[in-house]
Amino acid sequence: MSQIHVSTTINGDQAEFLCDADETLLDVLRDRLGLTGSKEGCGTGDCGACSVTVDGRLVCSCLMLGAEAEGREIGTIEGLANGDELHPLQTKFLEHAALQCGICTPGFLVAAKSLLEHNPKPTETEVRYWLAGNLCRCTGYDKIVRAVMDAAKEMRKA
Amino acid sequence: MRFESPQTTKDAVALLAGAKGKGRVLAGGTDLLVQMKSGMAAPDVIVDIKRIPAMKSIKAEKDGMRVGAAVASAEMAEHAALAKGWPGVVEAADLIGSTQIQGRATLAGNLCNGSPAADSVPAMAAIGAKARVVGPKKRRDVLVEKIVTGPGKISLAKDELIESILLPKRPPRSGDAYLRFIPRTEMDIAVAGAAVSLTLDTKGVCTDARVIIGAVGPRIIDVKDGAKALIGTKVDKAALKAMEAACSAAATPIDDKRGTKEFRKHVVGVLARRAGQIALKRAKGSK
Repeated sequence: MSQIHVSTTINGDQAEFLCDADETLLDVLRDRLGLTGSKEGCGTGDCGACSVTVDGRLVCSCLMLGAEAEGREIGTIEGLANGDELHPLQTKFLEHAALQCGICTPGFLVAAKSLLEHNPKPTETEVRYWLAGNLCRCTGYDKIVRAVMDAAKEMRKA
Repeated sequence: MRFESPQTTKDAVALLAGAKGKGRVLAGGTDLLVQMKSGMAAPDVIVDIKRIPAMKSIKAEKDGMRVGAAVASAEMAEHAALAKGWPGVVEAADLIGSTQIQGRATLAGNLCNGSPAADSVPAMAAIGAKARVVGPKKRRDVLVEKIVTGPGKISLAKDELIESILLPKRPPRSGDAYLRFIPRTEMDIAVAGAAVSLTLDTKGVCTDARVIIGAVGPRIIDVKDGAKALIGTKVDKAALKAMEAACSAAATPIDDKRGTKEFRKHVVGVLARRAGQIALKRAKGSK
């Protein structure tokens, strides 16, 4: 089977890769590009651990083919921090201890960043609905929701 | 397996027609990729329709609003005129899956997946939405309820695909709504669903209505007795009660882990009554 050549942009950087026709974007990110921040939880779009943005739109990278990334702008968890400087969401997740095992965390951070871009002042209900597609089996969500609300508050001040 | 991303509908159709084995259309992929992963689908060629301009646009036409087959439901929710004109359809599409799924899932995909529990399908059928089906020789406009023939089965030929869906222009004083029951607040599949569309005259009397129920049979059910119960009335309590009873009577659900027959028959009526109340409010111009 011949592979497909794809040119895309990942976190602002040009990227090129070869992939199989049935290979998901998640597998490309992790196995071909070494971007292992995005996690595979369910592989069927239920858990959100593989969340990325495509042209600014939040999606599950396990439900998208690598070949579809041609010419798109992909945003992953690796693009969240600015060098050594953590994104306010990352800082607040640490402050609020909004993670335990950490598998769901990259997905939550990418999804929360997308929320705050759409809605800088979300209510708790809006946060909970937006993040309904991100599953966490450790925290019970409360600390995550508090961390996102707190980060939103801080980002509005900035 | 091959992956193709044609630029025109014609090329997409040619790829499906020329496929040696099975060709599958990729819109949002939220069902197709899951099916591929589980081994339920093993297409020889995947035709990604997202590079086709006509399939990625929402366009006002003389007869209504045309939604491209690859338009994601998040894009629909952000389209003010669409959300205002066809709130029932937009809110039904908005119920499907998570924010992540919303970023990819489409009306045409929801329809062609053929699930009896598809949320957007009763809502589309209630307002008389028409799918534009394109094949190698001709294109045809087909009422949405004619597309699905049974669970997972559709009436499209191997070399046909849906290019867009027309949401027909609404007469003055019309309203539509869709409600579903799930055991939690988000991220689930309808146990029962009901869509109501109605039109009032200047005196507030219902002149036209459609009542469609979903997830309570192998296909959606057009509850004609439910619509009849509303037409000619002011959609008062008694009319809504009669419509509720008609929906419960028309439902032919199965027993499964998500709901019993009795529960589904009951709750689909309740949903239809409540959707009728919302549609009425909308027809009267209030939210």
